[in-house]
Amino acid sequence: MTLAPALLAAGLSPGQQRYLSEARQMQALSFAAHIPLVCFGIALPALVLYVEWLYLRRGDELYRTIARRWSRIMAALFAAGAVTGTILSLEMGLLWPNFTGTFGSVFGLGFAIEGFSFFTEAIFMGIYVYGWSRLPPRWHFASGIPMAVAGFAGSLMVISVNGWMNHPSGFRIVGGKVVDVHPLHALFANTYFWHELVHMYLAGYMVTGFLLAGAYALCRLRGAWGRYERTALAIPLAAATLASVAQVFVGDWNGREVAATQPTKLAAFEGLGRTVKGADVHLLGWYSHGHVSWGIPIPKLLSLLAFHSTNATVQGLDAVGPADRPPVNVVRFAFQTMVGIGTLLAALSVYALLVRLRRGRLPESRWFHLGLVAAGPLAVVALIAGWVVTEVGRQPWVVYHVMRTTQAVTGAGGIPVGYGALALVYLALAAGVGWVLMRLYRRPLEAT
Amino acid sequence: MIHLYDVPLAFALVGLALYTVLGGADFGAGFWQLVAGRGERGREIRDHAHHAMGPVWEANHVWLVFVLTVMWTAYPTAFASIASTLSVPLFVAGLGIVLRGGAYALRSGTVSPREQRLVDTVFAVSSVLTPFALGTAVGGVASGRVHVGNPGGSVLTSWLNATSIMTGLLGTAFAAYNAAVFLSGDARRDGNEELAERFRRRALGAGLVAGAAAFAGLGVLRADDHHLFTRLATGSGLAAVVLSVAAGVGTLALIYVRRYEPARYTSAVAVAAIIGGWAVAQNPVLIRGLTIHDAAAGRDTLVALVVAVVAGGALVFPSLTLLFRLTLGGRLRGDALIPGAVIRPRGPHTRRNTLPAAALLVAGIGFLTVADAAWAHAIGVTALLLFVAVAFRSVALEDEDTASVGDPA
Repeated sequence: MTLAPALLAAGLSPGQQRYLSEARQMQALSFAAHIPLVCFGIALPALVLYVEWLYLRRGDELYRTIARRWSRIMAALFAAGAVTGTILSLEMGLLWPNFTGTFGSVFGLGFAIEGFSFFTEAIFMGIYVYGWSRLPPRWHFASGIPMAVAGFAGSLMVISVNGWMNHPSGFRIVGGKVVDVHPLHALFANTYFWHELVHMYLAGYMVTGFLLAGAYALCRLRGAWGRYERTALAIPLAAATLASVAQVFVGDWNGREVAATQPTKLAAFEGLGRTVKGADVHLLGWYSHGHVSWGIPIPKLLSLLAFHSTNATVQGLDAVGPADRPPVNVVRFAFQTMVGIGTLLAALSVYALLVRLRRGRLPESRWFHLGLVAAGPLAVVALIAGWVVTEVGRQPWVVYHVMRTTQAVTGAGGIPVGYGALALVYLALAAGVGWVLMRLYRRPLEAT
Repeated sequence: MIHLYDVPLAFALVGLALYTVLGGADFGAGFWQLVAGRGERGREIRDHAHHAMGPVWEANHVWLVFVLTVMWTAYPTAFASIASTLSVPLFVAGLGIVLRGGAYALRSGTVSPREQRLVDTVFAVSSVLTPFALGTAVGGVASGRVHVGNPGGSVLTSWLNATSIMTGLLGTAFAAYNAAVFLSGDARRDGNEELAERFRRRALGAGLVAGAAAFAGLGVLRADDHHLFTRLATGSGLAAVVLSVAAGVGTLALIYVRRYEPARYTSAVAVAAIIGGWAVAQNPVLIRGLTIHDAAAGRDTLVALVVAVVAGGALVFPSLTLLFRLTLGGRLRGDALIPGAVIRPRGPHTRRNTLPAAALLVAGIGFLTVADAAWAHAIGVTALLLFVAVAFRSVALEDEDTASVGDPA
């Protein structure tokens, strides 16, 4: 299928928008607020259910206490996730009406199905969280299963849409119109979908696991270290460390998929100005005028990583015109941040796992627990950096090589006002959620 | 005659009616929290409103997301025109929804009654704002102030006009009324007849206000959008209006005689009838200058969407029924621990899985990182995920911990 961007005449006239940059920032803010909450939607239900399963299996009240306390966190974060997700679906029309108006029939189905998994999650979250002391234990456990499945299924649907935006298919453009639409093909027969899904899924466990474990590491640093804290640290840490190890290889796979389908994005990751054989990787540094200055070069590594051959040709930014390149330094900085943090977390994880294997217990040193406290926030930074890599790296396209972001934006005014209002409301929400989490954290154990 | 291209719109209208009734009840509950006043009696109202809605509010709000997704999948151009033209009220509604959700998140951490009152009051403002804003948006579409474009119509007068404001007020009044009906039934089930009476008085008052607003609204509509008024005052449009009025009056009568359970359903009928009447009056036009037929997506998309909605509905409706039965049966409230929970501890179950885990890790790296074929990647990813799952079971619990629980043997 050939997709000629110049031929696309959207159903609506492109909006005259002075504030495109603000619209993009507003969208980025909305994503950045929502994505960490999605991680908890992916991983926390499964962890809570695991702990409740331990309780059912062993009859040890400790596990019930842990599961109940975590389920309160889950409920608070799900509420925040539900409303920030609603904002995102409104913004599909409020900020990018031409995108939704032109391609809604192609990708919209993914969100419609996601709506149903959101439904299922909300329904069973209500039953699970409010049913702790009123439902028979087995039924209570069972009510959590659809919640966990739906948490995963929802993110699967959203990522199928993101995969489509990066690698569009399932339609043709004839006479400037989108025709011959096959939504199932567009969403689920897309080769770009799987690696993104697995990458995000593991990231969900890393963010949730490290943040939870970090909270209990803080308990330990403050001298509270009973059986409760030990158990509640070890379980999320196990998930986070194992996911971090697997993520190294899944991340590498993601890089190779980007190299194959979006060479310009890959060139932006590395600041590769010109197409060369045997391309280098630069650590740190700054991209300007076609090459990276002040970076530490590692010869031929990019060719090796991307194409498994030190002499492979890697396409540079010069393969496309300047108007078709993403903002290189933003993408590159985000990429280095993600990979750097990922490497640190993987190293911490390997250390923890090795000690665990050799001595039958976790490391006990102070610096290890300080590292755990830092790991959670770092994982969130890496998560957001990763989404910056894929979303800003796709620019200037909203639908890769088909529709530009400038063509998608709304023509309605007032974006700076909306952006400011949303920022204020999200600040209040973040402060509120932070305060609730502190409250739940300090709540005495007996009060669960 | 119903065509395939009409079906998603019918789904969206059903979703809109359910959102008006169920989501509306949540905003209405917020309204009563806002005006509950100080002291013990005020606190009782606020607590009851919170506890009755707690387990269900999120599910109630998903109806809005459902309407949005169906609209942009099946009628993308119309959705885009509506969203860009009515961006102000839709955005205000969005902010209101965030604040409402924030109130639920925060309340789970509040301890003192003073903090709770603060949270309820600050966030309950959104409960008035959101139904009003959404109402003005509906009024803008109904009165033909949105046409195809980005934006298609004035971004101000499309929702700042007589019909919109009337619809917004009606939406707010209806939300308060509907919540009071719901909460009085709920208070009675709790055995709190006194509280049920207080909500009954609120329901009657709000019902009269909503009814008066509806009649005043017909007058406004006649002056502002004569065409829609004519369509509503004749034929099947008139039938819908009459049904709505009958259901509304019937609901008031049922509340008067304290029959809260059936009142809930008749009030839903009143809403559904007026939304249905609007649809009939406007058919076949979706937004000004665009018919439903012309707005609809291609056949593949419509078929896939209808199948998805029917299948999703088959999953969601039984689940919703379960949730509401548990909530209405009082099964999700209070802390009375169910006695006699039979749990047979089966002893430790943690195994050492080091070797299989290591094998899976090596296989995963080999197939995913060294090999290049797509099928190899599929095997590699599966092996890596299995590695995480298998190894998790060996490292999640401390060794001493696994040994401490009694051995079954």
